[in-house]
Amino acid sequence: MTDTQTTPDASPTGPRPLKLVTQNNHGRARLTPAPPEGELIDSPPFPEAARRELGLPVQRTNLRHAMTAIRTKRADVVAELDNWEDLRAAGAAIKDDVVRHLDRYLVQLEESLTRAGTVVHWARDAAEANRIVVDLVKERLVDEPYQEVVKVKSMATQEIELNEALEDAGVAAWETDLAELIAQLGHDRPSHILVPAIHRNRGEVREIFTTEMGNYGKPAPADLDSQPVNLANASREHLREKFMRAHVAISGANFAVADSGTLCVVESEGNGRMCLTLADTLISVVGIEKVVPTFADLEVFLQLLPRSSTAERMNPYTSLWTGPTDGDGPQDMHVVLVDNGRTNVLADPVGRDALRCIRCSACLNVCPVYEKVGGHAYGSVYPGPIGAVLTPQLRGTASSVDRSLPFASSLCGACNEVCPVKIPLAELLVHMRHKVVESKKADPLVSAKGLGLHAEPALMKSASWLFSDGRRWSAALGAEATVGGKVLGRVTDHFGPLPWPLSKWTNARDVPMVPDETFRHWFEHRGDRPDAKGREHLASEEGDAR
Amino acid sequence: MGQIEAVGAGKRVALFATCVNEAMFPGTPKAVVQVLERLGCTVEFPSEQTCCGQVFSNSGYYDETLPLIHNYLRAFEGYDYIVTPSGSCTGSVRDQHPMLARRTGDADLVARVDAIVARTYDLPEFLVDVLGVTDVGAYFPHRVTYHPTCHSLRITKVGDKPYRLLEAVRGIEIVDLEDADRCCGFGGTFSMKNPDVSVAMAADKARHVGDTEAEFLVAGDNSCLLNIGGVLARQNSGTKPIHLAEILASVEPTLTGAQR
Repeated sequence: MTDTQTTPDASPTGPRPLKLVTQNNHGRARLTPAPPEGELIDSPPFPEAARRELGLPVQRTNLRHAMTAIRTKRADVVAELDNWEDLRAAGAAIKDDVVRHLDRYLVQLEESLTRAGTVVHWARDAAEANRIVVDLVKERLVDEPYQEVVKVKSMATQEIELNEALEDAGVAAWETDLAELIAQLGHDRPSHILVPAIHRNRGEVREIFTTEMGNYGKPAPADLDSQPVNLANASREHLREKFMRAHVAISGANFAVADSGTLCVVESEGNGRMCLTLADTLISVVGIEKVVPTFADLEVFLQLLPRSSTAERMNPYTSLWTGPTDGDGPQDMHVVLVDNGRTNVLADPVGRDALRCIRCSACLNVCPVYEKVGGHAYGSVYPGPIGAVLTPQLRGTASSVDRSLPFASSLCGACNEVCPVKIPLAELLVHMRHKVVESKKADPLVSAKGLGLHAEPALMKSASWLFSDGRRWSAALGAEATVGGKVLGRVTDHFGPLPWPLSKWTNARDVPMVPDETFRHWFEHRGDRPDAKGREHLASEEGDAR
Repeated sequence: MGQIEAVGAGKRVALFATCVNEAMFPGTPKAVVQVLERLGCTVEFPSEQTCCGQVFSNSGYYDETLPLIHNYLRAFEGYDYIVTPSGSCTGSVRDQHPMLARRTGDADLVARVDAIVARTYDLPEFLVDVLGVTDVGAYFPHRVTYHPTCHSLRITKVGDKPYRLLEAVRGIEIVDLEDADRCCGFGGTFSMKNPDVSVAMAADKARHVGDTEAEFLVAGDNSCLLNIGGVLARQNSGTKPIHLAEILASVEPTLTGAQR
């Protein structure tokens, strides 16, 4: 919420009962809107999920409009800086240093945080992180009428599915970022790292607010229209109630500074600032790769991040805190440092470049595949090119969705050009494909339920044999003319729909006729041809028949 | 055809036709031969050549790519200039051969690969950078639009060289293509593994091509043209795909030529 209305709601006169909507895992009434059923990791493989998402015309229109706008804006603001490439190089170098010496920086961070009065917790995985947070929260809410927390938008808490862990423990976790709120109230999952409701348009947002807000707190105005300012006001009114009574806030962190013990949250709406300052207790869940060595390093990232993500020159709300301050803001501060697969990424000398990521979303915004299918096709909280290389490293390649993700790219390389920390995403996609292929080769049963092309390893091996010797390839091409060209070329110059698996190609495209003379034959005999020295222009015959 | 200086005189060039062109588009390597010989080069075609291997390496089949890297060396190691009409295959040789050679830990292989990479050129690079020409004496009186192809732009980095070559063609009219630098959705095996997304991307590209009302869609890679052209043909579009080399090979008719 970016404008300056400050009048708070009148303080609540008593607890407003949270409406019973559906049941949680324990058969109790749910406190918050239920997300879609099922676990992300059990999502269908990318090609199948992509087909499902492609069948949503409104979403496709929403995505096309939003992605085109954000892409253009980013390109414009990046072009304003003549040291952009230097900044990218600096960002990459700092992150590489962090990743290389993560052990040292994390110990330093723990010491600095502790010195500043922040309590540090370590979590190996999602379950451990959730248990730590749930215990801290429950302890602090023991005598409170509202068993609830307010949340700053955080990818780490989404990754560990903290909201559901809190729900199971009888605590409502309220998302306060506008787009996260839209996703939460819409019983939906976020579809983008930065703009989680990018797949929704204003009309859909109005519908969600009107239908759902009243079930979980202050209802939307009865006459709510779909003007952005009115939608923002409705969310402000709805959230204000929750901000004002919150005892515990939960955040992530964009950066954790090792030398000062400072945490940094970068946001655009002021909801984060409300959470970070109004609650008594602040719990920040932070991935271990978020550490930066020194306070001065923020100079680089606070230039790279806004321009890459929201296409802004400067970020609207940048909150920095170094432990509690007497009489001002939360007095009880905790940090949960989460591994959850990051050390697996670190162990791969090629794949670890993905740990540089600062979650800006620039790679999603330029990705032509993401633009078509949106974030829900990736079966992960991290969609797009970074998700396709990060998720199978964090979670491994045991599930069919994780094995399919590295192939969810045409390798066009647009992501490489925009990444503010120069992650070689296209190269990492290929690297991850190699890892998937190696695991398929090691376990033929895996390949049988894998990517659809069951015989692929054998096929690739035969093709490699064919191409590893010019004589074999030459023989395959035919001495003078290809067989197909000789026979079929007399009847047609294009193929229409063909049977499976070629139908994957020809359902929407024609294929040109194979040539009736091999290039090799032409080259050897070109001395006696009229077209040997140049092709004279005749209006009717340029190009091959395609 | 005007007088074209034989800027390539004394240069012995090995043509790397590429497997896709050999199997489906022989008109493109023919056109390369015509253009290079017109400029005075001596063109040879090492018959040991096969494929750059990107269909294997980009799919993660590293072991299967290595024999093809060795074969590329066998075919082309004796040449100072290796020219190919494909931004993508040039990119594969330049980007992936060294990466895979390094993975083997074989210092000799790395040195040989690095040396041959430095002598491998996409056609526009060879014409503009090595021969120093943009006007190759071509004549093509048609309205065309140019798709720069992802690997030409982002891996091989040919920049505006193809465009400068096109601008120097007599009689040509070049129309801008909207979202020209967006991928057409081919992506090699991507088009088979993710056919629905691939087609959705190709449809966008074909729509933008259609909007130009060009007679020809030009690119430096027949794989991308196969993809976009496949959609255009299915739509009975008036726009035909054509490789850049074939435009550059096209010359003004002479009396005898017009009668053939």
